[in-house]
Amino acid sequence: MPNTSPASGPPRVSPLNDPKVRGAAYQILLLLGIGLVAWMAISNAAENLRNARIASGFGFLGNTAGFDVSQALVPFAAATSTYGAAFVVGLLNTLLVAVIGIAVATVLGFLIGVARLSPNWMLAKLATVYVEVVRNIPLLLQLLFWYVAVLAALPGARDSLAFPGSVFLNQRGLYVPKPILAADAWAIPAAFGIGVAAALAYRFRARREQARTGRQAPVGLVGLALVLGLPLLAWAGLALAGLSPVTVELPVKGTFNLRGGLQLFPEFVALVLGLSIYTAAFIAEVVRSGIQAVAKGQTEAARALGLRPGPTLRLVVIPQAMRVIVPPLTSQYLNLTKNSSLAVAIGYPDLVQVFMGTVLNQTGQAVEVVAITMAVYLTISLVTATGMNLYNRRVALIER
Amino acid sequence: MTAGPQTLPLSYIRREPIPPAPAPALVSGPLAWARANLFSSPVNTALTLLALVIVVLVVPPLLRFLVLDAVFTGENRDACRPEVLGRPVGACWAFVAQKINYFVYGSYPIEARWRVNVFFAMAALGVGWLLWLDAPRRDLGAAYFFVVFPLAAYALLSGFPLVGIETVPTSLWGGMLVTIVVSLVGIVASLPLGILLALGRRSRLPIVRLACVIFIEFWRGVPLITVLFMANVMLPLFLPGDITVDRLLRPLIGVALFSAAYMAEVVRGGLQAIPKGQTEGANSLGLSYWQGMRLVILPQALRIVIPGIVNSFIALFKDTTLVSIVGIFDFIRTIESARIDPNWAAPTVVTTGYAFAALFYFVFCFGMSRYALFVERRLAAGQTR
Repeated sequence: MPNTSPASGPPRVSPLNDPKVRGAAYQILLLLGIGLVAWMAISNAAENLRNARIASGFGFLGNTAGFDVSQALVPFAAATSTYGAAFVVGLLNTLLVAVIGIAVATVLGFLIGVARLSPNWMLAKLATVYVEVVRNIPLLLQLLFWYVAVLAALPGARDSLAFPGSVFLNQRGLYVPKPILAADAWAIPAAFGIGVAAALAYRFRARREQARTGRQAPVGLVGLALVLGLPLLAWAGLALAGLSPVTVELPVKGTFNLRGGLQLFPEFVALVLGLSIYTAAFIAEVVRSGIQAVAKGQTEAARALGLRPGPTLRLVVIPQAMRVIVPPLTSQYLNLTKNSSLAVAIGYPDLVQVFMGTVLNQTGQAVEVVAITMAVYLTISLVTATGMNLYNRRVALIER
Repeated sequence: MTAGPQTLPLSYIRREPIPPAPAPALVSGPLAWARANLFSSPVNTALTLLALVIVVLVVPPLLRFLVLDAVFTGENRDACRPEVLGRPVGACWAFVAQKINYFVYGSYPIEARWRVNVFFAMAALGVGWLLWLDAPRRDLGAAYFFVVFPLAAYALLSGFPLVGIETVPTSLWGGMLVTIVVSLVGIVASLPLGILLALGRRSRLPIVRLACVIFIEFWRGVPLITVLFMANVMLPLFLPGDITVDRLLRPLIGVALFSAAYMAEVVRGGLQAIPKGQTEGANSLGLSYWQGMRLVILPQALRIVIPGIVNSFIALFKDTTLVSIVGIFDFIRTIESARIDPNWAAPTVVTTGYAFAALFYFVFCFGMSRYALFVERRLAAGQTR
């Protein structure tokens, strides 16, 4: 009798059709491909650099830079400072713009996002127009507009625009009062630190007290008093003792120029203005969609329980909206930081302008300079993303 | 009164009814609408007044600048100088009118500009075919847009001496032509590449997945400017010494890789939204991985993410302005170089140039975003019962 039944055990497949074998083969092919491309690129680069007589390596960072930077947060001089110092200056300038831009854009974006949902028709329409116009025009164009068309059209130093509080605006930038710290000014931040710690401790105790007895303590008021009051008290104490910890140097209008004060360069003003106005439009959309994502029944339920509109918003709607808002908000923060590289178009000395522009041109160390710059942005991106993910995990909905 | 089990006294429950409120004086009409939407409370009234102040501060000067005080005709700077005209001068549209060919074609030879026009028409045909959801034979449209059109466009713009189309070096290209070329190359290259990367990121093969994740996260973690700088200075280094890459091609490669990474994330979102049963169904029918993807999964996934794809096209279109920073003569660059023309040295020429560019980008981007909204609503129509 011929045996027609299949053999026992798993069906025998030709190795050509075995998914495991094929998977392994694909991956080996991919690795070989990547390896080949990388090897060709590296060997070509090595040969090209040899032909161009450019020494590779990071030794150039110790060489003297020989160029000047208009805005430096750390001491920088063309004659003595190195390329490494130029890198630090550029990096700090990038971070400064990013931090200030993020703060301004967040405030503006939340205001406009809430305004878009306002029952006030006029305000809602105005916010919509802002978002649509700003979002649909390239950032580079907006930066050029602020820098070339608006700030350059301002009056010269002689007839600068004066604002209350000794703030002046002219072609050379924005002049604001400059705080000067005395040697014993450390007492104020110290008092602030103690205030923050005390407020946190008070909040912790109040929470436990409320969980145990249900009695609420005025956490907000006491916290505010501790955080703001202690530094003010320290200041007052120092002032009474005849030591003025902080003096303010006001910009003064002279015959030809403004003297004193803190000068914010027009490039800086244009960049912060452009970046925060642009990003605020995106943040507004993020905020709007986050608030709209909270089901209407949540508000209704809160109101039915007798919560007033304020606490409803603070205790019910916003915590739930934050879950939707935080991840895209993170992306917007990262976008703003990365977009600050457009500074190169208006000549603000950020990392890209100083390092990828001037240093790269002077040294010709293309590979090293590009690699360092990209690594910096990648690190900023990854660190921000990790931090925001941690926060996100804290506010995320915990399900079974 | 029946005796029942005594419960807690509900002291917060009202005992006597509230007296009925008078009927609202107005329930319809513009006055009632204004009362409800603009002046319902003191805060609301204050907000309305604030909004009104902003509108009054912004709209009339803008209108005066762009239209009422604007100059529409003229041959040179004298047309737009306040001291010549003896009145305040708004936007100098005469400048835009005279430079419009430069803004569109850059330095592209005048006798060859019909080729650019044919290219624009072909692009419009392809885009229209793909965007019109009910168009006949959209598969043919996709083939046209992703295969036929790029080849024809290359032959047209760059030249194809075999059939008598003279070569035009890319150094002469400029203006909107370059802006549109960069965005179209970005779109045509990034969509297929992005789909491949998204599939790779969801692959079961660990090395493939890792390679795709690293690729995507790398490009998404760095600013486009650094990518363009890298393409400009490092691409020539990585190639053998005797091969040179066209100056326009370098940023094109950078833009394509950069936008492919963003596109991959959009497509991944679509793939994640397709239930596993679809894959299993395709498998049970005996379809191979690629057949199942091509016939079952991807059509559904891409359909869901059309709005996301359009949004990344908007971002890409705006980002093309950055190529001007690495010296490509795009639309922004032509405006920058036209505004320093001494023939047109007038105070408002700068602002007019930027206003014109803003209008150009706004019309395209706003149109695309409306389209994305329209598709979103149409796709959602099937979900609402």
